[in-house]
Amino acid sequence: MFPDGDGKVWEASSTARVIPPARPRKLAKVPFVELADGRLQGVVSSGSDIGRVYVSSVATRGYSFACSTNNNRPCGGARGSFCKHIQALITEAVLQYGAERVARYLRVEVDAAAGAPAIITTMTATRPAQADGTAAAPVFSRFLRHLGYLELVADTTPLPEMQWFPPTGAAA
Amino acid sequence: MVSTDRGGGLMRADLLAEPVPGLDEALAVVEAFDRTLIGGLLRPQPTQAAALTELAAAVAGTPLASLVAEAVEKAAVGAASEDHLLALAAARTALLGAIHDALTTRVDEATGRGRAGQPAAKPGAFEAVNLLAAARAWLADLARAGWQGIDHDLVSGAGQVVSAMLPDPALRRPATLLDGFAAELAACCPGAALERFPVRRWADLWSRAMMLTHPGAGGSPAMEAVTGRLLPLGVDLHEHATAVQAQVHAVFEPADGSSPRLVRASVSAPKPDTVVGVGVWQLLRPHMSLPAAAGDGRSMHLTDMPITAEGDLIWSDAHARLGEPADAFATARVALPGAGAGAIAPLDRHPAVIAVPVFLEDYAVQRDDGRLAFTVAGQRLPVDADRIPSAGPLTPDAVATSSACIGLLRWDAGSFRVQPLAVETVVKKKTVAIHAGAWAGGTADKPAVKAEQAATEAVRVLRERAGKLLRT
Repeated sequence: MFPDGDGKVWEASSTARVIPPARPRKLAKVPFVELADGRLQGVVSSGSDIGRVYVSSVATRGYSFACSTNNNRPCGGARGSFCKHIQALITEAVLQYGAERVARYLRVEVDAAAGAPAIITTMTATRPAQADGTAAAPVFSRFLRHLGYLELVADTTPLPEMQWFPPTGAAA
Repeated sequence: MVSTDRGGGLMRADLLAEPVPGLDEALAVVEAFDRTLIGGLLRPQPTQAAALTELAAAVAGTPLASLVAEAVEKAAVGAASEDHLLALAAARTALLGAIHDALTTRVDEATGRGRAGQPAAKPGAFEAVNLLAAARAWLADLARAGWQGIDHDLVSGAGQVVSAMLPDPALRRPATLLDGFAAELAACCPGAALERFPVRRWADLWSRAMMLTHPGAGGSPAMEAVTGRLLPLGVDLHEHATAVQAQVHAVFEPADGSSPRLVRASVSAPKPDTVVGVGVWQLLRPHMSLPAAAGDGRSMHLTDMPITAEGDLIWSDAHARLGEPADAFATARVALPGAGAGAIAPLDRHPAVIAVPVFLEDYAVQRDDGRLAFTVAGQRLPVDADRIPSAGPLTPDAVATSSACIGLLRWDAGSFRVQPLAVETVVKKKTVAIHAGAWAGGTADKPAVKAEQAATEAVRVLRERAGKLLRT
């Protein structure tokens, strides 16, 4: 959260800003990343096969990690420590959400100005364990759900509820 | 003393600064109720029970009285059913409705504008009752847990409901609201770790979502078809992580010579969260030509365009064609003062929905601590610069040096403020107009072109991924 200005006014505002807007980033390598379900999770494109993606995640607090293909084959690089997919995922998460928010979400004690490499190093230094593969299916279905937004049609019937969602001028 | 010979165009800003009788008392009841949602209603504390009793007392003279009294009795001992919670949301909504009415009366006095009466409300279609019930069950769990009790398991419960609702245009309103609300809650989990809460906001979103789970609550607006000339005033943009809406405010001059009307035209689209800023226009552009026309300073001619009693055009490009150039500031100076406002739908009686086009000039600008305010006829009117979108060329700096402003009069956190849609300012000794929506149709501004291309590329990548993964 980033309460701006007077806290009392923020609490009494119908349009109080609660989450900073996502920042645009290139999606070719990591088409999907999110901070959800107690994990930093997402989908990383395979470098060699355009039909394949890796589903990767790191849990908050313990940083247990998982990486497998969308066909449930474990990633060969994710044995013992973060593979390149998980590192790419964290790097892109920092681009999208900012290092401060990512570090706070993962509960990594690090100077946010140091960016993704420092967050990765701090986590790997704790020798995180490999998680079981159970996160992959829900993460992948969340990615498909996310892609589904592009399939939904636009509409010219007014949505009065959107009055509560002003644009976020802070976005780049 | 304000002279009257300048027509209705000059705003009586003094009226906006005057206290509204009963407002503080009503807001105090709302605030006390809103605070009960921090701890949740599972095991209410004495202060929470007292706040609920106050809420019941506040609507004791209304048709809701017995319903709310019963709901409060149950909620005060932690035994509220979903229907009881809906009754509490209705009581809060009624109270804010009364606040809205008092504020709108004040706005109409200040702008000297007449407003159409509301036609008898008709309930909307009773559709997808099961989905609405599922949404209500989630909202009830949320109210019981309280903002302090939210966790990932609880919040993610909204996901399935939203996914099932979004493809149905009839459920777009509750779906879009729940989606935006749940994303905020998810970003704030666990609630136990939060130091403070957006108390009014989350109670607003919760109550409104609750009301929308009542089948038919959205209403079915009375429609007619209109023909005439549309003169755009400006574009207001709304955005959350997975939705965007552009709303064009305009003056409509009927071809039959009847009185001009203040109207709105809206276009909205679901979006992936990585398409932001100037990138959102491309999602809207194919579905409504009006924002681009407004951005280019053009009028439009409408033929048999559907419109609601609230003044919402239900836009279809088939009923519109591009007209001659129309300067928004000329429209604001000449046509806006005489345009009548539409009715207000029952559920839109809420202070946060107030967005009344106004034209301001001859003001002084203050800027302290980065906060902008106009002094209009000796009265301070805060500028809501936070609502200026990054998707356009208008900036707080341009507002700070402006000499005339088309804006939306809004009310939030206890006071009126103006959201700039466009300003006139002097650049190199020439007066130029800068519109927040100027890039709706595209732009030659280099950074904006780059940002728009990046968004196009993002959409392309996602579509390509969707093509490979969604259909296998």
